[in-house]
Amino acid sequence: MRNIYYLLRKEFRQIFRDPAILRMIFIMPALQLLILPFAADYEVKNIEIAIVDYDHSDYSMQLTNKLSHSGYFKLMANASSHHDAMEMVSKDEVDMFIEIPKSFEKELVREDKASLSLVINAVNGTKGNLGAAYAMAIVNEFNQEVRMEWIKLPRINPEPMIEVTFSNWYNALSNYQTFMVPGILAVLLTMVGGFLSALNIVKEKEIGTIEQINVSPIRKYEFILGKLIPFWLLGFIILTIGLVISFVVHGIIPGGNIGLLYLFSSVYLLGILGFGLMISNFTYTQQQAMMVAFFFMLIFILLSGLYTQIESMPTWAQKLAWLNPVTYMVEVMRMVLLKGADFWDILPHIKVVAFGGLILNGLAIWSYRKRN
Amino acid sequence: MMTHKFSIVTDKLTKRFGDFTAVDAISFKVEEGEIFGFLGANGAGKTTAMRMLTGLSLPSSGKAVVAGYDVGTDTEQVKKSIGYMSQKFSLYQDLTVGENIEFYGGIYGLHGRQLRGEADAMLMRLNLTDERRTLVNALPLGWKQKLAFSIAIIHKPKIVFLDEPTGGVDPVTRRQFWTMIYEAAESGLTIFVTTHYMDEAEYCNRIAIMVDARIEAMGQPAALKKQFDTHSMDDVFYRLARKAARTEM
Repeated sequence: MRNIYYLLRKEFRQIFRDPAILRMIFIMPALQLLILPFAADYEVKNIEIAIVDYDHSDYSMQLTNKLSHSGYFKLMANASSHHDAMEMVSKDEVDMFIEIPKSFEKELVREDKASLSLVINAVNGTKGNLGAAYAMAIVNEFNQEVRMEWIKLPRINPEPMIEVTFSNWYNALSNYQTFMVPGILAVLLTMVGGFLSALNIVKEKEIGTIEQINVSPIRKYEFILGKLIPFWLLGFIILTIGLVISFVVHGIIPGGNIGLLYLFSSVYLLGILGFGLMISNFTYTQQQAMMVAFFFMLIFILLSGLYTQIESMPTWAQKLAWLNPVTYMVEVMRMVLLKGADFWDILPHIKVVAFGGLILNGLAIWSYRKRN
Repeated sequence: MMTHKFSIVTDKLTKRFGDFTAVDAISFKVEEGEIFGFLGANGAGKTTAMRMLTGLSLPSSGKAVVAGYDVGTDTEQVKKSIGYMSQKFSLYQDLTVGENIEFYGGIYGLHGRQLRGEADAMLMRLNLTDERRTLVNALPLGWKQKLAFSIAIIHKPKIVFLDEPTGGVDPVTRRQFWTMIYEAAESGLTIFVTTHYMDEAEYCNRIAIMVDARIEAMGQPAALKKQFDTHSMDDVFYRLARKAARTEM
């Protein structure tokens, strides 16, 4: 056991002497948590729109006004023709345009119906879909208003109306930051646990000191513990920094006991550290380790439900997502911070992550060879 | 036969990787306190042989007893009884001189007052007392080597393995390094050293020359020169190495 003491002492000295690691531990989380939640915003606003108004009537003016005042659209131009507007779309000057035909008002008044055409640049699918949906909603609303004007309020409304009101729980203002911050924190923990530990061990291979360790009486488990414990503790430092930033900057007051987050993280980090160890066992240079870690990290993040809903993934991807450790961390972060989950709520997650951690670490220790 | 005690005894020690034989049934004995040189071109199998003797690699067949322990079965005991210094510097460049001594001393079982005492004595001996808090990184190569050697024997092992310890240093520093090796050998330490330098081979009590995974010649440098009827070790080496079928691994 005394060997572990000497290993840890050495490890901490090296970590706190390496400016690159220090930056990664203190500045990277701070920057990511400060900038990303504001920048990586999923709400689609500022959809750039052009209007081709062939009608130039009162109604066409009203509709144009309604669209440009909705807050979602930015009226970029009044195009003179379909051709012009099309050109704007192809030059990426606008995301979509609405064409109001010449007899719009006349038909609306006389025949009780009129048609519009909506042309959308669907290269960015989300923006296109949402833009179309917003535009439809606004046109519908306009439609209602026009009808109301004509029917002139009968005493009893002929059409029964059901109005739906929403109340958002757990994230009352549907604030995107509130949703993102816990997720980013989860990813940060994973990066430090998985990347730094892998790089650290591979570095010893690269400079050759691992040979010196291998000929010494240090045992396999001592060496591994000596490597894992420092990064396990660093994980807690990052978690703490992250929670402070999310409170101070993003105003997130944990809904549940943050002790649960530390509890879950302690189990989670063990699994991730085992993963890092695996990477280091199969790579020989820091560059290789970095590439492998990066490859997995991308998959982990995309399949974690951080940016996209797991429920809307295809079934096979959903299965993969539930094999992904990051998914559990993201979930638990959100459950505890936003929903105020208690121990019994996150227990199933703890069980899965503990089980996965056992497997990963088992494989890692098995594949770490002190000799061949 | 009790007058000669052996530090290393190998019997048909062999290492195969698939159908490639890296070390082919080598047998030799090294006496206690002897400086034993291990020579061979790149790829001759020196490093693999040394890795088996230090417990880093398991023999495919044959046997080796180091410091009285079988490398195949008593690996942990072997590790406690040997020191090792490789051509790549095995010191941590981002730790200070004092921290390196403390770490390696610590993992070889020294601690407390004993560790501090050893560290102080070593620094005095090496004239490095003022550099205790200097990062190893900042030391000249020659100093690093001497420090690495001293640290490799801090736990007073019976044998020390040196893998091309003087690669890349100037002749003066090399000579100083060998003075250290002689001093250590006089106190009873067995030295097993691989080298590419023929002048270093002359410093050894006995040498073995490996060619294509086998030991082709073994004996005192003077005896070998006589056997090959030449005046220089260089000649002995070239005559043997020229026969090699393989050059690089």
